[in-house]
Amino acid sequence: MIPLNITEIVAWSRAQFALTAMYHWLFVPLTLGLGIICAVMETIYVRKGFPLEWKKTVQFWMRLFGINFAIGVATGLILEFEFGTNWSNYSYFVGDIFGAPLAIEGIVAFFLEATFIAVMFFGWEKVSPRFHLASTWLVALGASLSAYWILVANSWMQYPVGMSFNIETARNEMTNFAQVALSPVAVMKFIHSVSSGLVTASLFVCGISAWYLLRKREPFLAPRSLRIGAVIGLAGSLLVAWSGDGSAVQVARIQPMKLAAMEALYKGETGAPLTVISLLNPDKRLDNDEPIHYAPIQIDKMLSLLATHRSDAFVPGIEDLIYGNAAHGILSTREKMERGKEALSQMTRYVEARESGDTATMKQVQALFEPNTEKGKDFKENYFRYLGYGYLNSPEEIIPNIPLTYYSFRIMVGLGVYFLLLFAVVLWMGRKSIENKKFLLHLLVWSIPLGYLAGQTGWIVCEVGRQPWAIQDLLPTNVSVSSLDTASVQITFFLFALLFTLLLIAEIRILLKQIRIGSEH
Amino acid sequence: MDTYLFLQHYWWLIISLLAGLLVFLLFVQGGQTLIYTLGKTKAQRDILIRSLGHKWELTFTTLVTFGGAFFASFPLFYSTSFGGAFYVWTILLFFFVIQAVAYEYRSKPENFLGARTYEWFLILNGFLGTLLLGVAVGTLFTGGAFTVERGNLALTSGNPIISEWQTPWRGLEALCNLQNIALGLSVFFLARILGIHYFYNDLNDSEIVRNAKRPLLISSIAFVICFVFFLISLFLSSGQQEDSVTGMIRSVPYLYFHNLIALPWISVLLALGIAAVLWGIIAALLQTDRKAIWFSGAGTIVTVCMLLLLAGYNGTAYYPSLCDPQSSLTISNSSSSLFTLRTMAVVSLFIPFVIAYIWYVWRIMDKKTDSGKEEPLEY
Ligand code: HDD
Ligand code: HEM
Ligand code: HEM
Repeated sequence: MIPLNITEIVAWSRAQFALTAMYHWLFVPLTLGLGIICAVMETIYVRKGFPLEWKKTVQFWMRLFGINFAIGVATGLILEFEFGTNWSNYSYFVGDIFGAPLAIEGIVAFFLEATFIAVMFFGWEKVSPRFHLASTWLVALGASLSAYWILVANSWMQYPVGMSFNIETARNEMTNFAQVALSPVAVMKFIHSVSSGLVTASLFVCGISAWYLLRKREPFLAPRSLRIGAVIGLAGSLLVAWSGDGSAVQVARIQPMKLAAMEALYKGETGAPLTVISLLNPDKRLDNDEPIHYAPIQIDKMLSLLATHRSDAFVPGIEDLIYGNAAHGILSTREKMERGKEALSQMTRYVEARESGDTATMKQVQALFEPNTEKGKDFKENYFRYLGYGYLNSPEEIIPNIPLTYYSFRIMVGLGVYFLLLFAVVLWMGRKSIENKKFLLHLLVWSIPLGYLAGQTGWIVCEVGRQPWAIQDLLPTNVSVSSLDTASVQITFFLFALLFTLLLIAEIRILLKQIRIGSEH
Repeated sequence: MDTYLFLQHYWWLIISLLAGLLVFLLFVQGGQTLIYTLGKTKAQRDILIRSLGHKWELTFTTLVTFGGAFFASFPLFYSTSFGGAFYVWTILLFFFVIQAVAYEYRSKPENFLGARTYEWFLILNGFLGTLLLGVAVGTLFTGGAFTVERGNLALTSGNPIISEWQTPWRGLEALCNLQNIALGLSVFFLARILGIHYFYNDLNDSEIVRNAKRPLLISSIAFVICFVFFLISLFLSSGQQEDSVTGMIRSVPYLYFHNLIALPWISVLLALGIAAVLWGIIAALLQTDRKAIWFSGAGTIVTVCMLLLLAGYNGTAYYPSLCDPQSSLTISNSSSSLFTLRTMAVVSLFIPFVIAYIWYVWRIMDKKTDSGKEEPLEY
């Protein structure tokens, strides 16, 4: 047998997953948002009675859509199979639930996209204009549907519902499909992700249009695209802000440690203040009295208000979650670890009893895992739900990377506010006056990358903030991993890093060239 | 048969069908290996790549859906095989990633890597994608060196790892098995045959068709040799079977041959499938028949589907473990729960609907335009 160094394998597997997921998310927002924008533009083209300029405008944006789409597909394939290749224990433990959204995604969403995208690109002369329009909308719908199902899967990891543990097969099994598919976390994540895609794509469209205006090119395409982009961008920004607030409320309820990390909140408070911005003190530890922030700007009671929508509510801090807080009914992490170990030891008892054929003990343990009985319910709510804690060696392991989560969150929210203002100003200016506002046009061009930055930092908040859990409270990442050797994961990490970077460079160069060519193909 | 057992068989059938569809759709990959053989000039290569370019997404999406469906219905296979035979799967995926961008980027100006590189991406995907997929499917008969110990999850010291691969080669050892290689090469040559049949159907260019004659003959002969070798070795080999009473898994000589006899409908359909493939091959060889793809394509779907049913039905272990028979995966010990299979069975009702709209869209897209105008957004 090959001796395993789990810590290293987990680190490299996480790096590889983060790498591929972040590459994937470079392309996905544009696919989601630009798909919808193209469909809106084509609708205008059809309603106006098929003017040629509009057709050229639609086809220009579609060409950019196609270039971006191809690489989104390529990166997604790796992600899907990575659950098997790198997180095989995880895949076993929850495959019964997690596989279903992935399969549904393929059957109901990917085929829709793959089929109608052919009509969208090659069907202009072959189908009626209305059928073509319908196809474009179906492509956009397919992209959003696929986003929905993958986010169902992701949300289930943040908030595992609709399942029970089967002691015989040692895995979680789905008991309620509606709870999994319609989880409030999934719905909120879907709205937030798709609207963030709309924002990213609107920034893309507005920025490119602004570049044409600066160059005095594309007199038809540029002002109209800018306007459509700004309208959709503003609507998207409002939706992003609303669903972002909704996400934060959910995080406060189901992942309090993530919220504490997002806010660098060490000591819980009633009527907690919101730190708008500050520098974090790098020497601050759980067990010292160093100050947390330098130069903080804080708003009184605001965190409580945002996190719970009540200004006097208690928001637990990292210390409360680690050491426990009896007054607010929070168990200490040590206690949770004890209970998790108890649940694990019952599982061991069962395995040993099965091996020795001791059916009486097997029955006893089975009764604990029977959630429809009083005893089973108690065991599930007080022991099994802390299963993941049983694998931990020390309570501090449940603290995610605080600076990364904290700063990422501020970058995302700050940019969200900035985008909202930007789109509002563009609309307020009106078409004629904006063409002379060089500064604003330059600002629009330089804002394109910021959309991507906001999206990436969003996922960092979400994914880094939930560490060490692969599945919240049930399975830490170091129990999720495959039994590989470090070298194998390193090889694939660098292989994909190199490949995706090459493809990204190719994509950017092709995009830039197409933008320089413009709509007269 | 009780509901659970029925659903497990139902889902194995769906997986087998998806595998059949996937191998059929590998005509795209087969076609890709021929772009230089058939396309002597840049213009001819453009025609070939454009013709394949309208279809590659479908093959790709079928691969993705095959993976997702396998995960949902037989999660233990997903975690055991992908995590264990790590290198085979990763290399396979790598060669699909490079395909996905190649069509879109090849003919675009300033594409960084140059048109030739993207053409080589297509060719590599064509060769290795088919070969490795065949080898990976071959392991459903020849097995792998893994152990599965569910109780390990409860270990708080040591490795709580459930599925463990016992060789350092992580799946590459499958390439040293003659039977796997025979299947891999069969899939490869079949994909080339299907690719040429597809070109016959889609393109009426006489020069391309003329160039295809020799490679078609060579691929056809090579396919028949490899596939016959695979079939003979399969029916001579032993397999692992679950005892329906005790649940113990034991080795049974000539198991796949026994399965043929125990499940006569599979033998009949398998024979029909193989006959259809051969009929398509002969028709195309004799008179460059445009309809050959209908026979060879339908035959491929049926043949692959029936082979996989032989691997999984009748209590056969569809993923035999070479070091611990009790770890071998059967459709009953590796499936999802009854609830999930039932839910997914409802979802599977969408499949005919999906096939129907794909069919419809292909039909209208294959119409020749009256105006004869070039499409503006061609690859
Ligand atoms: C919010 C949206 C979203 C998120 C979080 C993800 N994806 Fe994605 N994915 C899409 C939205 C999307 C998309 C926009 O729908 C894509 C881009 C291009 C396409 O065809 O669909 C896509 C493509 C795509 C493909 C290729 C599909 C094809 O053949 O057409 C796969 C296999 C995945 N994704 C899998 C994943 C996995 C395993 C993820 C988990 C980390 C993931 N995606 C995150
Ligand atoms: C596409 C957008 C996504 C991005 C940018 C993203 C980002 C990340 C990052 C940065 C990590 C590493 C966290 C760390 O190790 O500290 C990670 C890990 C992970 N994410 Fe995501 N994620 C995305 C979507 C998803 C989705 C939709 C799922 C589930 C379907 C998912 C599942 C996981 C898993 C399993 C890991 C590895 C285990 C872990 O570290 O928790 N991610 N992701
Ligand atoms: C306007 C203020 C915003 C607020 C209050 C906000 C809030 C949040 C919160 C709390 C999360 C974490 C959810 C979780 O961990 O489950 C999140 C995630 C995320 N955010 Fe934002 N956000 C805002 C703006 C933006 C903008 C402008 C973008 C991109 C253009 C963006 C993109 C994302 C993405 C991609 C995620 C990860 C997916 C998810 O968890 O839903 N957000 N956001």
